[in-house]
Amino acid sequence: MKKYLLPLAVLVIVVGFLGFGLRLDPREVPSPLIDKPAPPFRLPVLQDPAKTVSNTDLKGKVWLLNVWASWCVSCREEHPVLVEFAKQNIVPIYGLNYKDKSDDAKAWLARLGNPYVLSLVDEKGKIGIDYGVYGVPETYLIDRDGIIRYKKIGPVTPDTIREKILPLVKQLKG
Amino acid sequence: MRSALTAVLAAVALLAAAPGSAQMREAPPLAADPAVEARVMHLASVLRCLVCQNQTLADSNAELAVDLRNQLREQVKAGRSDEQIVDYLVTRYGDFVLYRPPMKATTALLWVGPFLLLVGGLAALGLTLRRRARAQGAMAEADGGAGDAAARARAKALLDEPGRSA
Repeated sequence: MKKYLLPLAVLVIVVGFLGFGLRLDPREVPSPLIDKPAPPFRLPVLQDPAKTVSNTDLKGKVWLLNVWASWCVSCREEHPVLVEFAKQNIVPIYGLNYKDKSDDAKAWLARLGNPYVLSLVDEKGKIGIDYGVYGVPETYLIDRDGIIRYKKIGPVTPDTIREKILPLVKQLKG
Repeated sequence: MRSALTAVLAAVALLAAAPGSAQMREAPPLAADPAVEARVMHLASVLRCLVCQNQTLADSNAELAVDLRNQLREQVKAGRSDEQIVDYLVTRYGDFVLYRPPMKATTALLWVGPFLLLVGGLAALGLTLRRRARAQGAMAEADGGAGDAAARARAKALLDEPGRSA
């Protein structure tokens, strides 16, 4: 009996580690930008390219930056969630249209609804690199002082909103 | 007949290969300056592509890797040092972007872990071998110290025993 105790203990430990590992998503790389100032940008607006918006224009409010593209499959999955969330008017959502064709992007918004206050055009993906974007969609929660408080890699789900974004927004606005 | 067929086949093969060979030109150099390109490739080979996580930026053809290689090239051309460029990426993507993780408190287990496992394995092996040797020694002693010779004689007696043939 005692003979089996050690292998059993090893098995339990290994299964424990493997089970823990299964719950981790290796694609989720923690961002070093959390609690750091959001990288500066000045970008043209998708619907009106003559106009530009910079990060300093958004100081003083809590806002979400959602990186999206019309070619991105997961963005499509995420989109209805954002549209629904935008209707609640809790926090403004700004889009960063990442490496997209503006015509495609506009058609996409016309067809599927537009949850964004406005979308900024990052045609070459340069600002995306500054924000450490490596897989669209990505979403950043930025506070009144322009500090990134939270980053979601991959599609925002109703769970993400309920469990992460809403409590943080409440705290940041309070 | 057969040689004619071979000749025809060879001709067809040559014809098929001809347009291919016309297309097989050297890839154009990525930058006019080979020294810049060498540094870009060196940097790209120590940085991780975040899309295909087990490839370096140099190996990966993901779009982000292409963009990041262009970033590297721009910065090399702008005269920034290797450390500055690596820092640029680490501030954006974190230590994960380094193919060789830095030695820190949080990465100590990563670096030391394999050696710990090796030492543990060797210790277990040593213990097992010693225990086995001791057990064999004890068995030999139980035989009255005669050891192998006695055991062999006993086996021989058993085998030679009449009426025991299989």
